[in-house]
Amino acid sequence: MVTSIMIVGVGGQGSLLASKLLGRAAMDKGYDVKVSEVHGMSQRGGSVVTYVKFGDKVNSPIIDKGEADYIISFELLEAARYVQFLKPGGQIVTNSQQIDPMPVIAGTAEYPSELIEKMEAAGAKVDAIDALTIAEQAGSSKATNIVLMGVFSKYISEISKEEWIKAVEASVPAKFLDLNMKAFEMGLAAE
Amino acid sequence: MKELMLGNKAVARGLYEAGVAVASSYPGTPSTETTEEAAKFEEIYCEWAPNEKVAMETAFGASRAGKRSYCAMKHVGLNVAADPLFTMSYTGVNAGMVILVADDPGMHSSQNEQDSRHYAIAAKMPMLEPADSQEAKDFVIEAYDISEQFDTPVLIKMCTRVAHSQSVVETGERAEIPVKPYVKDAAKYVMVPANAKRRHPIVEERTRKLVAFAEESHLNRVEEGSDTSMGIITSSTSYQYVKEVFGDKYPVLKIGLINPLPEKKIKDFAAKVDKLVVVEELDPIIETHCKTLGLEVTGKDIFPLIDEFSQGLIATKLGLPEKPACKPIEGLPGRPPAMCAGCPHRGMFYVLSKLKLTVMGDIGCYTLGATPPLCAIDTTECMGASISSLHGFNKALGADAEKKTVAVIGDSTFMHSGMTGLANIAYNQTNSTVIILDNSITGMTGHQQNPTTGFNLRGDPAGKIDLEALVRAMGINRVRVVDPYNLAEAEAAVKEELAAEEPSVIISRRPCALLKKVKRGEPIQVNPDKCKSCKACMKLGCPAISFKDGHAHVDTTQCFGCKVCSELCKFGAFETLAGEAITW
Repeated sequence: MVTSIMIVGVGGQGSLLASKLLGRAAMDKGYDVKVSEVHGMSQRGGSVVTYVKFGDKVNSPIIDKGEADYIISFELLEAARYVQFLKPGGQIVTNSQQIDPMPVIAGTAEYPSELIEKMEAAGAKVDAIDALTIAEQAGSSKATNIVLMGVFSKYISEISKEEWIKAVEASVPAKFLDLNMKAFEMGLAAE
Repeated sequence: MKELMLGNKAVARGLYEAGVAVASSYPGTPSTETTEEAAKFEEIYCEWAPNEKVAMETAFGASRAGKRSYCAMKHVGLNVAADPLFTMSYTGVNAGMVILVADDPGMHSSQNEQDSRHYAIAAKMPMLEPADSQEAKDFVIEAYDISEQFDTPVLIKMCTRVAHSQSVVETGERAEIPVKPYVKDAAKYVMVPANAKRRHPIVEERTRKLVAFAEESHLNRVEEGSDTSMGIITSSTSYQYVKEVFGDKYPVLKIGLINPLPEKKIKDFAAKVDKLVVVEELDPIIETHCKTLGLEVTGKDIFPLIDEFSQGLIATKLGLPEKPACKPIEGLPGRPPAMCAGCPHRGMFYVLSKLKLTVMGDIGCYTLGATPPLCAIDTTECMGASISSLHGFNKALGADAEKKTVAVIGDSTFMHSGMTGLANIAYNQTNSTVIILDNSITGMTGHQQNPTTGFNLRGDPAGKIDLEALVRAMGINRVRVVDPYNLAEAEAAVKEELAAEEPSVIISRRPCALLKKVKRGEPIQVNPDKCKSCKACMKLGCPAISFKDGHAHVDTTQCFGCKVCSELCKFGAFETLAGEAITW
């Protein structure tokens, strides 16, 4: 059994730290783990995708259409963009924040409406949460990624809260540990 | 110890364990982290060279001196370093030398999709191809042994999905490798025709020995399968996709030494299966080899020559059904990469776009100047081509073109291969206008130092090349520095230099907004009562400015406080968060 998770968002939102955290927690649990990232050109405010897979034995580092158990999204439109990678009935955990892409900024397109309904109609289960506001309450908008990981952690029964917290400790710089711990706890507690 | 490691970090770990002493590279996605991670080991001297050719020659010098050496580059970087590559194959090495080249199938961050395996064949050099992080580390160590055993530099070919995927790696200890004393040997190292003629047969003999090695080496391994109706030969990340789809069902010949390929091992494998299939990204290298062995093989007749593969692609091409999935949502707007809020390149591109100039572009973050709404760049090919092709363009069309055409190139790209193009302008004289976009860093690959920044790879103070003095010394008399945040100054400079009757260089200088040392300005906002909805500020394509409820709107979490937008507003609608007028 392999669990497949896509982490998607806008370049610069901190998806690399989120995947590091998840990969770390799964490896400490004794799973085989693969994480695939995209660097370079795609990071400059573009749509970014990271794949995290864990299980007894993981071969391919990437996730194809219809393979993801979960999508964690840092931005609403990006969650919708990758919905076809989800298994039917798969779970989306998304930040409800909206960031206009360049075609919307340039006025050649509109930010789509009713995205949550559209994702549900496409066959996904959706848990949308205002992670940005929670992160600001925790102390910094930069902790949005950790808030979302806190929300997501509830869905992964294989990894206990204590194990997640150990992974957070190992993944963030010491001087930001308190902030990130608070952000994780607030994400975990969010309804 | 077990650790979850990026493929590129695993390469660095391999360098450490192999006792490597010197590494010289030029950054290029997806190869960059191998050298950055190697620099975290005190035992390995690491540097950014001005370009890949210099890096390869530096590494070769270290090998000749008797210490194990390394250089890394992306696929197109190997084109730059191809000259030394082909002749180093003749001279061989002293201590072991490894050249890493990282391909980018799917072009996540590249201008083409070339298959670097051709270079190994053409240069007659062994090439190893790891399929995950553990192999990346192990193959590096193996490559140094092959290098010293067969007296040749060894290539390691990565691809994006191996370089930028993390998987579990078992680490080991560093081997202390004694220095192999340098011995003068003109017949081996002086490649004049008489000596090279004697080296070429040695190269051919070496390849014969390497083929014999390939037959026996564990680098090429057969994994048995329960169903011999099909057998698959594959390598690199394609191997992982094949295993994902079929597990242990069909026999697999997993190739780790991609050049030279074994002959008997492949024939024996083919004899055991009913149908032979080769799964490889990009060009049919293994497939062509199989065909020269007289084998019937399925390969590029069903698999594409373009883009990267996936398990889904392999499954469907081999007749399996598509997996059920959530339905895609149609009609979503794209999210292409864009220049960051506060990017110093934006102001200059605004000026070039406003003046409707023809702009020869180059390789770097500033290539994003080609995207809407600025659409300021006409061309992009390779490192340095902006300047050289501007000269050719102007030679072809004369004064008409010279007044309307410029080249833009970054500071690091200028040092890489822009200087020689400028030498041609100074020497063969066109009244060309070259704009060096000096953001004081190598940006796109993730902030690497270069010869103009004054710091080395580890961030310590280093030699610093003065761009103005360099350009003047090359024979360009008209050199000026402008601040791209100051649109009026930048526009005046471009107009004056285009009008000048001699070559000129404008240095558009401001550090990358993402650099830690760069202080963020105070965000600004739009006063909706003053905004006349003219959308002049929207022409900048700043990700922090959007049009909401009939007015321009600044996303203050994204705003960098560069205030360039306020220069475009005729109505003074931009103001500080306290509601005060913008001042400079």
